[in-house]
Amino acid sequence: MLHIVVCIKQVPDSREIRIDPATNTLIRQGVPSIVNFYDLHGLEEALRIKEETGARVTVVTMGPPPAEKSLKICIGLGADEAVLVTDRGFAGADTLATSYVLAKTIEKVEQEWGKVDIVFCGKQTLDGDTGQVGPGIACRLDLEQLTYVSEVKQVNAEQRTVQVGRKLEDGIETVETRMPVLITALKELNQVRRASLPGMIRGHRYKPTVWTTADFPDLDRARIGLKGSPTIVAKTWVPEAKSVNCQWIDGEDAQAQANQLYDGLWDADLPARLGWVQGGASHG
Amino acid sequence: MAEAVQEQAYDWSEYRGVLIYVEQREGLAKPVSWQLLGQGRRLADKLDTQLFAAVIGAQVEHLAQDAVAYGADRVYICEAEELRDYRTRPYSRVMMQLIEEVKPEIVLFGATATGRDLAGAIATHLPTGLTADTTELDVEPDPSRLLLASRPAFSEKMMATILCKQYRPQMATARAGVFEALPRDNQRSGEVIRLDNRMQEEDIAAKVLDFVEDQASVNLEEAEIIVAGGRGLGGPEAFRLLGELAAAMGGEVGASRAAVDAGWIGHEHQVGQTGYTVRPKLYFAIGISGAVQHTVGMSNADCVVAINKDKDAPIFQVAHYGIVGDLFQIVPALTEEMKRRKAAGMQAMHEEGEVGA
Ligand SMILES: Cc1cc2nc3c(=O)[nH]c(=O)nc-3n(C[C@H](O)[C@H](O)[C@H](O)COP(=O)(O)OP(=O)(O)OC[C@H]3O[C@@H](n4cnc5c(N)ncnc54)[C@H](O)[C@@H]3O)c2cc1C
Ligand SMILES: Nc1ncnc2c1ncn2[C@@H]1O[C@H](COP(=O)(O)O)[C@@H](O)[C@H]1O
Repeated sequence: MLHIVVCIKQVPDSREIRIDPATNTLIRQGVPSIVNFYDLHGLEEALRIKEETGARVTVVTMGPPPAEKSLKICIGLGADEAVLVTDRGFAGADTLATSYVLAKTIEKVEQEWGKVDIVFCGKQTLDGDTGQVGPGIACRLDLEQLTYVSEVKQVNAEQRTVQVGRKLEDGIETVETRMPVLITALKELNQVRRASLPGMIRGHRYKPTVWTTADFPDLDRARIGLKGSPTIVAKTWVPEAKSVNCQWIDGEDAQAQANQLYDGLWDADLPARLGWVQGGASHG
Repeated sequence: MAEAVQEQAYDWSEYRGVLIYVEQREGLAKPVSWQLLGQGRRLADKLDTQLFAAVIGAQVEHLAQDAVAYGADRVYICEAEELRDYRTRPYSRVMMQLIEEVKPEIVLFGATATGRDLAGAIATHLPTGLTADTTELDVEPDPSRLLLASRPAFSEKMMATILCKQYRPQMATARAGVFEALPRDNQRSGEVIRLDNRMQEEDIAAKVLDFVEDQASVNLEEAEIIVAGGRGLGGPEAFRLLGELAAAMGGEVGASRAAVDAGWIGHEHQVGQTGYTVRPKLYFAIGISGAVQHTVGMSNADCVVAINKDKDAPIFQVAHYGIVGDLFQIVPALTEEMKRRKAAGMQAMHEEGEVGA
């Protein structure tokens, strides 16, 4: 049976974050925590594979204790096991330190529940917003790497191959590779299900496995948390809205307005710059 | 991410130069590659160092010349049949080898699917810090020579400057359409160095079976004129009006997320935080209110014309020309007048030419 790990992160819904105009700081209060929505698409795909070919689905997250809530949601949706990796030492991790701990976690998951064939990550997180943790894990565990996946076309458990569609800027690429593989999920991948009532009850009662640094005997302390993070946030600021002086085009009807606007554009020499006419503009 | 780790003096004198990854498909470079060479040139000059470009693929020799014309001092090129399509393993192998030999102090990639895929793998291998999706790149001069990599955070509501003090090279991906390419200069000369590909096809598990180009794909990032519409259009039909105006001007059609979400037009037309960042010479925002998630994607336009029936719509704060009124009246008038003027312009040029001859 296939073993699939889904990496999820509990994130503040940054779409709800406001800036306090007086202090130029983030107002985090009242901002709800959610499961990063790309990660739910990864979980959904794992559950579909489970339903089609049979698979064991283990969800993992690195985060503070309240992240347990997100794991319970994943169990409610149909995951088999969930692991919370939590420790003060992990705090302040950037993508390099995060992928280190998650790779260690997946190795430990393999020891506990068997070899992992597929790892799902989200395309990116709402808060970190880098898309780097997935490739980081793939690199550390020497997995094949399929990012920006919009369709899982085929999972062949016997041949140990997967075929996916990757959505790039200019089109869709079909790629086939072998397991073990790490896939990062786009929202086009699927429609996330709702939890069933028995699922919700199971999730509610479920106690995730909790691992701390003490559970990883060979963890390199220099590579975790803030200390293990090469990138440093030196400064944050709120970008000023560029102030532009709006020239009002207030002609009495549409025709007059069109004329007035184009006269302005012609004066600004736009026709020449846009190649509507060759050379300098002559209209005055 | 919090305060700085304790300061320490590092000797990075071995690491010099700025390296740009030139992304291509079938021998066609992505515009972001030349944009990054432009910005890389500025950074390299400020650091008084060299600008390198990495070209990887099959039959991509012409791109080495292009890279020089766009500002590179030296181009490293690795050509092999196994490298025809982008695949993480063989490409990252070539880049790793290059970075280990050349030891650049800065390496930049486009923040595209490919650029992010590749940079994420390399940064972990090296290992070093990688800043995603930057929109501002600067450097501190000697002695720190630090890359000041700035990017939007918290759904574009804030900007953050990110440093990598303890590792070299310093790496970042950068958004397309933010930096400006240098004008192409075919007189520039530069060195071209060939690299060996060390990976055989049988060692590469991933096989690219096919690639279906997005036919409907519009090229907003390179468009000089964009006519964009929002929820104010009220439905898909009105996008026809915008299409006519765009056609009369020789531009592309853009859209706000509200219009895309409503299904009136495809996602590939979306401008803004979750769509494209554009920098055309002329941008029409028609029936778009001007939410910050939209304006972050278009406020770099040289000239913005806003048409909205609400004179208090925030879009007018970023507009150079504002028309308060009904788009269903104004847009057709703009289209007709544009056609008339272009025809008259041609006519005038024609006559001038005859008189001059
Ligand atoms: C995380 C996140 C990411 C987002 N990313 C993006 C993004 O990438 N791009 C983006 O655009 N948005 C994005 N948004 C959404 C953004 O916040 C706004 O909701 C969206 O831009 C609004 O689109 P709109 O201006 O078309 O619609 P509205 O805000 O509804 O504005 C419609 C405007 O049309 C005007 N109007 C109506 N009828 C007429 C008429 N007949 N003639 C003239 N004017 C008329 C109205 O006065 C109004 O100002 C994002 C939001 C979130 C939370
Ligand atoms: N702390 C974490 N715990 C578990 N998974 C994570 C964590 N951070 C990131 N991920 C995974 O990596 C993906 C990319 O995250 P990011 O690089 O932060 O944009 C996410 O969608 C998750 O699947």
